[in-house]
Amino acid sequence: MHKIIRQILRSGIKTETPPESNDALRCTAQRLQDEILRRFGGALAIRHVDAGSCNGCELEIHALSNPYYNLEGLGIHFVASPRHADMLLVTGPVSRHMETALQRTYAAMPEPKLVVAIGDCGCTGGVFGESYASCGRVSNVIPVDIAVPGCPPSPSALMQGILTGISNAQGLAK
Amino acid sequence: MRIEDFDLALSPLPGAAPVWHGDVDAAAWRQVCQQVHDKGGRLVALWGSDRRELRRGFVVHAALVIRSGLVWLTLSADHEAYPGIDDIFPVASRMQRALGDLLGIYPHNPQDARPWLRHSAWPADQYPLRKDFDGSTVHPATAQDYPFVTVEGDGVHEIAVGPVHAGTIEPGHFRFSVIGEKILRLEPRLGYTHKGVEKLFEAMTLESGARLAGRISGDSTVAYAWAYAMAAESAVDRTPPERALWLRALLLERERLANHLGDLGALGNDAGLAFGLAQFSCLKEDLLRSNAALFGHRYLMDSIVPGGVISDLDESGGARLMAELDVLDQAVSRLHNIYDDHAGLQDRFIGAGRVAPELAVGLGLCGLAGRASAQAWDLRAQFPAVPYDRLDVQMATHRNGDVAARVTVRFDEVNEAIRLCRLILKGLPSGAIFTALPKAPDNAIGVGWVEGWRGEVFVALETGADNRIRRLHPHDPSWQNWPLIEHAVMGNIVPDFPLINKSFNLSYSGHDL
Ligand code: SF4
Repeated sequence: MHKIIRQILRSGIKTETPPESNDALRCTAQRLQDEILRRFGGALAIRHVDAGSCNGCELEIHALSNPYYNLEGLGIHFVASPRHADMLLVTGPVSRHMETALQRTYAAMPEPKLVVAIGDCGCTGGVFGESYASCGRVSNVIPVDIAVPGCPPSPSALMQGILTGISNAQGLAK
Repeated sequence: MRIEDFDLALSPLPGAAPVWHGDVDAAAWRQVCQQVHDKGGRLVALWGSDRRELRRGFVVHAALVIRSGLVWLTLSADHEAYPGIDDIFPVASRMQRALGDLLGIYPHNPQDARPWLRHSAWPADQYPLRKDFDGSTVHPATAQDYPFVTVEGDGVHEIAVGPVHAGTIEPGHFRFSVIGEKILRLEPRLGYTHKGVEKLFEAMTLESGARLAGRISGDSTVAYAWAYAMAAESAVDRTPPERALWLRALLLERERLANHLGDLGALGNDAGLAFGLAQFSCLKEDLLRSNAALFGHRYLMDSIVPGGVISDLDESGGARLMAELDVLDQAVSRLHNIYDDHAGLQDRFIGAGRVAPELAVGLGLCGLAGRASAQAWDLRAQFPAVPYDRLDVQMATHRNGDVAARVTVRFDEVNEAIRLCRLILKGLPSGAIFTALPKAPDNAIGVGWVEGWRGEVFVALETGADNRIRRLHPHDPSWQNWPLIEHAVMGNIVPDFPLINKSFNLSYSGHDL
């Protein structure tokens, strides 16, 4: 035990300041009312769905939980069921084989169903595009509120996208 | 077994990997496979191509590894059929099923005739890898009822999980048959992330394909990009400048470090030690940040191109990496010590998800999971290409085959990768980092074969006219290792599945293509 404590002390606090929200990432006019935003009360529940990514975007979503970005510290956490989720993070082009699963996951979410499309693939279909096997961008399959480009987007870009999703149109993070 | 032992006309391919290619008839096809199997060799990949425009009909290929290198066999699949080899190499079964789905050529007497990669995206009588299949056509979804193997008996019930999983991982479906908490059987169904990668390659040039190759499996982007470049360089018979090869190895070892560090943290977390995740994920983040600062990308995507690498390392960059390796080295040894001493962690690791060496050899377990079950194969040690031939890579192996063994192998490989990075930084030759490749000859073939962090990544290339790709088959070691997870979990409890699964950490995207 003393070794663990020594190591924790040696590491110190790594968490950095989160980025501001960015209106440029918005896809639709902000659908959320201030009232709803207040309800999140600094506790946003996110569900991630890999709809066919190369797994690169997942690596950066994982990184969000490391002590540098410490997403949990902002009251944002990942949940295991869409039923518990306020926001869906979708990575990858949507493969045809994941189309139904993604639609069902979206349907299972309670309103207001915020959706963030992650990565070049999620935003445009990326290198995989649209084909017999790929539906392309996420918005071809479910409505998307925020799109975060990048291949993969950096953890700061992801955080910015998530924070933009829960901020109101003036860019005030709740 | 050596190459001379075969009674076959085999010709060596130019390039960094020791590869021989030969056309065989049906009898020799099975005979060679049997010989390789009996002498302790392995099947690396089985795939096919449509060569009707060359008046060769359909062909099926197998890549086999023996002690002196890789043998690539090509057999004409007359009447869209060929003699299967899943009775010799059980691991061939899913590759044969995928080949049926994608190219419409089938083995005589398959052990399992169910589709594998095809779910609903295209009809059973259409085959995406045939040249007359238009890759951009969208087919109406076909209804599909996949017949899982059912286990019956008193108190047995099924748990179906996925394709959307509880954590941030790739999609796949797992069907567990359990009694109480104990797993009797696990049957995965993959193919959810099939994105038509192989079809996409067929519209690309050798140059443009590199970007896609680096996105076959994001966590192994360096391994794939290198294997792809190696295949292209083999097809045009050119060797990149030596400095480029050394830099590629540096990138590959950094990819190994990043993945092992991430997984060691996640394994600690899955066994209840969140401290491990926090610590290792910081070490990984530090490494990724230096990647971004020095090579322009956190995961090193697009750093390797056919002909060389895109970014050089200057002296200050080298010094920075050297200093960071010292810090990493010390931190890892402290954490290793803590993991070893932690009774709770060891209790979860030891004995969990065991793959005995006898099973591993029978089913062809490879890569880091294979080495943890006494399968001593590591391309960097056995078939060292430049610069590994100068680095004397020490292979990490273990016999226990459980989660603890896979954790130990990862720690050993982290230490070895740190040593290799230091040697590379010290020995980095001067000179150019890129040489432009000439246009590829029509109908040439090439092979790339690279030991990625998960295991061997194999790429087989056939060129068409105008520097285009006629066919490219990338093969992930996950094909070999997925079936072993099914054995590893038997008799374990369901709550240990995430831990066991993580200890292998196999790719879905690299497998589903
Ligand atoms: S955006 Fe890039 S990293 Fe993300 S899934 Fe697509 S190819 Fe992979």
